[in-house]
Amino acid sequence: MNIKGMFLDHKKNTAGAKTVELPLPKQVRIAMQQCAGAACDVLVKPGDQVLVGQKIGDSDKYMSVPVHSSVSGKVTGISELLQVGGRTCKCVDIETDGTQTLLEGIKPPVITDAESFCRAVRESGCCGLGGAGFPTHVKLGFDREKYNVDTLIINAAECEPYLTGDHRTMLEDTDSIFDAIAAIKKYLGIKNVHIGIEKNKPDAIDVMRGNAAKYDSTVRITALETKYPQGAEKVIVYNLTGKIIREGQIPADVGVVVLNVSTCAFIGKYLRTGMPLVSRRLTVSGDAVGNPCNVNVPVGTCFEDVLWYADCDPEKIGKVISGGPMMGTDLFDLQDPVCKTCSGILAMRQGGDRPGERVQTACIRCGRCIRVCPVGLMPTVLEKAFDKKDRKTLSKMKVSLCMNCGSCSYVCPAKRDLAEKNQLAKALLRTM
Amino acid sequence: MKDLTVSPSPHIRSNVTTSRIMLHVMIALLPALVMSAVLFGAEALILTGVCMLSAFVWERLCNIVMKRPNTTGDLSALVTGMILAFNLPPSLPYWMGIIGTFAAIVITKQIFGGLGQNFANPAIVGRIVLMLSFTGEMTSWSKPLVVPDAVTSATPLVASSGQYSYLDLFLGFHTGCLGEVCAAALIAGGLYLVVMRVIVPHIPLAYVGTVFVFSWIAGRDPVYQILSGGLLLGAIFMATDYVTSPVSNSGKVIFGIGCGVLTCVIRFYANYPEGVSFAILLMNIVTPYIDLLTRRRPFGTAPVKKEAAENEK
Repeated sequence: MNIKGMFLDHKKNTAGAKTVELPLPKQVRIAMQQCAGAACDVLVKPGDQVLVGQKIGDSDKYMSVPVHSSVSGKVTGISELLQVGGRTCKCVDIETDGTQTLLEGIKPPVITDAESFCRAVRESGCCGLGGAGFPTHVKLGFDREKYNVDTLIINAAECEPYLTGDHRTMLEDTDSIFDAIAAIKKYLGIKNVHIGIEKNKPDAIDVMRGNAAKYDSTVRITALETKYPQGAEKVIVYNLTGKIIREGQIPADVGVVVLNVSTCAFIGKYLRTGMPLVSRRLTVSGDAVGNPCNVNVPVGTCFEDVLWYADCDPEKIGKVISGGPMMGTDLFDLQDPVCKTCSGILAMRQGGDRPGERVQTACIRCGRCIRVCPVGLMPTVLEKAFDKKDRKTLSKMKVSLCMNCGSCSYVCPAKRDLAEKNQLAKALLRTM
Repeated sequence: MKDLTVSPSPHIRSNVTTSRIMLHVMIALLPALVMSAVLFGAEALILTGVCMLSAFVWERLCNIVMKRPNTTGDLSALVTGMILAFNLPPSLPYWMGIIGTFAAIVITKQIFGGLGQNFANPAIVGRIVLMLSFTGEMTSWSKPLVVPDAVTSATPLVASSGQYSYLDLFLGFHTGCLGEVCAAALIAGGLYLVVMRVIVPHIPLAYVGTVFVFSWIAGRDPVYQILSGGLLLGAIFMATDYVTSPVSNSGKVIFGIGCGVLTCVIRFYANYPEGVSFAILLMNIVTPYIDLLTRRRPFGTAPVKKEAAENEK
């Protein structure tokens, strides 16, 4: 009893590429909004000297995490950054001095109980590194009176094509992952740990199984079918535990907390070193990239700097995606900075890698979109209801459950923009 | 550097397109076409060609007259023409075939809004129009060339059971419409469609299974009923038409069972010897209701209770 998905050509041409350090860029632009939730207030002013790991933005809101400088250097200005959603946020521009001097006093956090653990995780600037960027301390800081959470699920499915950051994390930072598991078990009273990995990463499965035998034999590592969207939260929770996160519920309602494997590895590293989240591993790939690779990129580096490092030909670029090709967002300006949630940068040639695109024809009612929808929606019916602005049908048929995985648009032989229509329909229902 | 393309996700699309699906259907129909050429000679091929060409021309003319974009590229008109030809006796005058494709493409498909909007299978309506208009020509069967001793003109459904062996029926050595006679070729085409993921096997299996059970209960020879007439052509290629069959798998099963029951009722108890086209047409009409009844319940939602539904009103 698994949620079925669909087969995607995974194109993981960087799975064997060991992570390399990006040469220090001359300038970084660090956005004050890096995660889901509230934007941070700027804590520095132009002219200030900042050091690696220094907090440069914070907020008193619970749904937010602080932002730290990823480089040492001089603040040259505070600018505005237009984000994908159409909103703007403040951005701290820093000219690097090349020394990468660490802030004094960076040391492993002192943790005694669940509360201090969550506080430390917040101070680390940690948010979900899988892409959605949900503040991790909010996930871990669930109300212990209300929820009986006994299971940690580590999402290492990495079902998007091209992306291999999580895969490399499992191979290169295995110890950190198990450190984090130990800490979460200890402080949050969690008993069961499941790690779900898609079968297309057999080496990662082996390494993780070997380490589980060494450190903690209660950690269950499950090889999942290589089917998209295996890594969607509701899907992986169901496929690993059989628990159904119902409409309107959060994972804690069914007793689980879900963390991405890279988030987990970061927490482990932070507990050991005290170094906040200032850089991340990401995959640079796509058919316009000459040297596809995994790089460790300081947060705030321009997308351009990363692309040129990976031998991307500027003349060939037609489209650049931040994230995976199924759920990532297109970039409109290559000078925008990499943020904490960026799991990959994919540069595609114009028209390349996107066969049959944009020639939309009539729906032939083939039912493919209905068969692939992981949450059991009927995208073709929803599309027609949206075109008629039929709010009643849209809400009755639960368009709000759509997580925009894009499977329906992917399989549609008429190349209709079904997933896009679902998002517009959700927005329409919100304006009621 | 050129401008960047910005579009909503997903940024990749599968290589399955409508025209590719239609091409697969035509490839699946090829074995049956080859067999009909072997059995009935060149006139079977010419009639098929006339139907395909005229369907294509009708579609293009409709596009021009209705000031719509050119939709002939999706190849659906060619498929309709081909399937309609398969439903005609090989000796049918060509101009009747052209009338058939007119009824199929212009009346049934384009006037209702083109591909995806028609409520009935165009080829079936085309066949029924010809059947009712030219009953004589539509029921005069030429005997297969390779079976010199085949007895006259009755289709196996009318002829007494036992006139043809199962093997003859399976291989196509009997009278009938040009594409429906060779069961082996049709089944091969059906398997191709399932393997290429063009169709799911629910409708053909439910349809054929129902006919088997119904015939057996009614005291007829079930295998004979399945192999003769247009049953396999209908079940594999016509009842599975995306546009006019239910979208969900459970709906497809209901649809197939309905087709099977209606086919048997018409064959056994009504005036027409063959009921496949009428059965599929009738089920086409109830397809929207089957779709309503078989809507999937989204993951993690509670079943809609009667009370709650009434309160909503």
